[in-house]
Amino acid sequence: MKKEIGILFVSLGLIALLIGIFFGCLGAFQFVYPDFLKEISFVKIRPLHVSLVVAWIFLCSIGGIYYYINYYCETKLWSARLPKIHLWIFVLTGVLILVCYFMGRFGGREYWEFPAILSIPIFISWMLFGINYFKSAFKKAGNWPVYMWMWATGIVFFFITFSESYLWLAPYFRNNLIRDLTVQWKAYGALVGSWNMLVYGTALFVMTRIIGDEKIAQSRLAFFMYFLGFANLLFGWAHHIYIVPSAIWVRMVSYFMSMTELLILGKIIWSWKNSLSEAKRNFHILPYRFIVASDVWVFLNLALALAISVPAINIYTHGTHVTVAHAMGSTIGINTIILLASAFFLITDITKHEFTRTQKILIKIGFWIFNFYLMVFWVCLIIAGIEKGILVIDDKLSFQEIMTQINPILTVLAFSGIGIFIGLILIVYPMLIAVYNYLMKKEKVQS
Amino acid sequence: MSTSTRRFIFWILIVLFFIHSLLVFTIGTDEDNGKNLMTEEAQIGKLLFQKYNCTACHQLYGLGGYMGPDLTNMISSPGKGEIYARTLLQTGTQRMPNFHLTEEEINSMVAYLKYVDKTGISPVKKFKINFDGTISQK
Repeated sequence: MKKEIGILFVSLGLIALLIGIFFGCLGAFQFVYPDFLKEISFVKIRPLHVSLVVAWIFLCSIGGIYYYINYYCETKLWSARLPKIHLWIFVLTGVLILVCYFMGRFGGREYWEFPAILSIPIFISWMLFGINYFKSAFKKAGNWPVYMWMWATGIVFFFITFSESYLWLAPYFRNNLIRDLTVQWKAYGALVGSWNMLVYGTALFVMTRIIGDEKIAQSRLAFFMYFLGFANLLFGWAHHIYIVPSAIWVRMVSYFMSMTELLILGKIIWSWKNSLSEAKRNFHILPYRFIVASDVWVFLNLALALAISVPAINIYTHGTHVTVAHAMGSTIGINTIILLASAFFLITDITKHEFTRTQKILIKIGFWIFNFYLMVFWVCLIIAGIEKGILVIDDKLSFQEIMTQINPILTVLAFSGIGIFIGLILIVYPMLIAVYNYLMKKEKVQS
Repeated sequence: MSTSTRRFIFWILIVLFFIHSLLVFTIGTDEDNGKNLMTEEAQIGKLLFQKYNCTACHQLYGLGGYMGPDLTNMISSPGKGEIYARTLLQTGTQRMPNFHLTEEEINSMVAYLKYVDKTGISPVKKFKINFDGTISQK
């Protein structure tokens, strides 16, 4: 059952990803054609898209960690029951959240747009995960590799930042907009950093398995970069709030800290890729292909992140689609591609499934469609954002006129969203089939 | 790098984080130019702003969705103001749904927007770029 838990988390994550991207496509078309699907307004579609994609990141990371810690980290999972409870809480809470969105019941905070009460089961489920992780990890003899440090950091800081994001419930925070916004985005910046720790830790884990050499995860360089990334998570969030009139030092601290995290990962992946032999690449061709693609996205997002961290540029890009490009580039371009690599690794490892030639071709086509349209999507966001930023600062056109001006580029963006969705279906479908066949076979044997 | 060194760096960062957080929660965000306008009615308005998920489409200080305009200075913007805000809240637009708000809810939302308006400026359109890449508002 320990194996199934990992695979169930990942499979549910893959389904959440597909549905999340589907809602993203609907939202993009509502942006361009305001009369499109009026029955489910953008107010509902946006949180459906965001929450499902965030759920994908968590489900796939957590599923991987449960499996890897038990089978690859020289320790055993402390409890086999807690992950099952974790999964049930996650699923039931997820369903409740979706129902709330469809019924129009919101908490109204970015990212966590569900009623605040539903944060309690999420918190509890994460506690179960944390207890299980640390109880298992502390049993491991010898030094933790860097990815175990990263997972531990991600788990601890999810607790801290998730709690911080609910400080608004206290009037001291809620009734001062400057404090409320600053604390909210402080929490969110670090929260994204915490799930990045889970994802990047997973990336490093997959790399070490493909190479078959644990040394990369114990190296001084890997730890130096982990600590830089960690410092970034803690202090590099204020580029979200450069224009919020908080104290200047709040913003200046993160000006220097911000976004070195991607540079760090890029360096590690780059070093890793050069050291890989042809034979090993071919043996793990599917995870390898996705990790290399994430490398490209790391560099693109690095350039963008560094640019928008400079206040003089941020003043033009803040509040525009450039910010969305940064978010999408990170969550889809980097996180999703890394997690897809992990999903391929985990599913083939558990099911021992050999993808057929046709499936491999479909995955390959899906891979290129996905990356091509994601690039179009990303570039459209940047162009639309820059255009909007200049027009806003210029102050000659109304909001409506600006939106009309950037509408053609947003139309291209909406259609490229469909391309991303199709690419993902081609990639994800064979994986889900492999899982389905494995579970059916298992059930037959048991009965 | 030994495990003890790793743990030492880790805990140093954690301590710095909590000190930094404490400063951000207090002196870093103490200034609020509109605090006199954060009346009980405006406080209700803020909760309504969240209840109707306005942030899905609108921004405050550029933070939120991009379907609708930034509302930070809607009340003091030329050609907009309180009456404009009330009308939109009552009827909706082609893009914005009519939420069928009660008169009381509209009053609270407007009170909140008046408070928000006084807290600062967004988007910043008049600024000077400094040599170090930072900006100063004019």
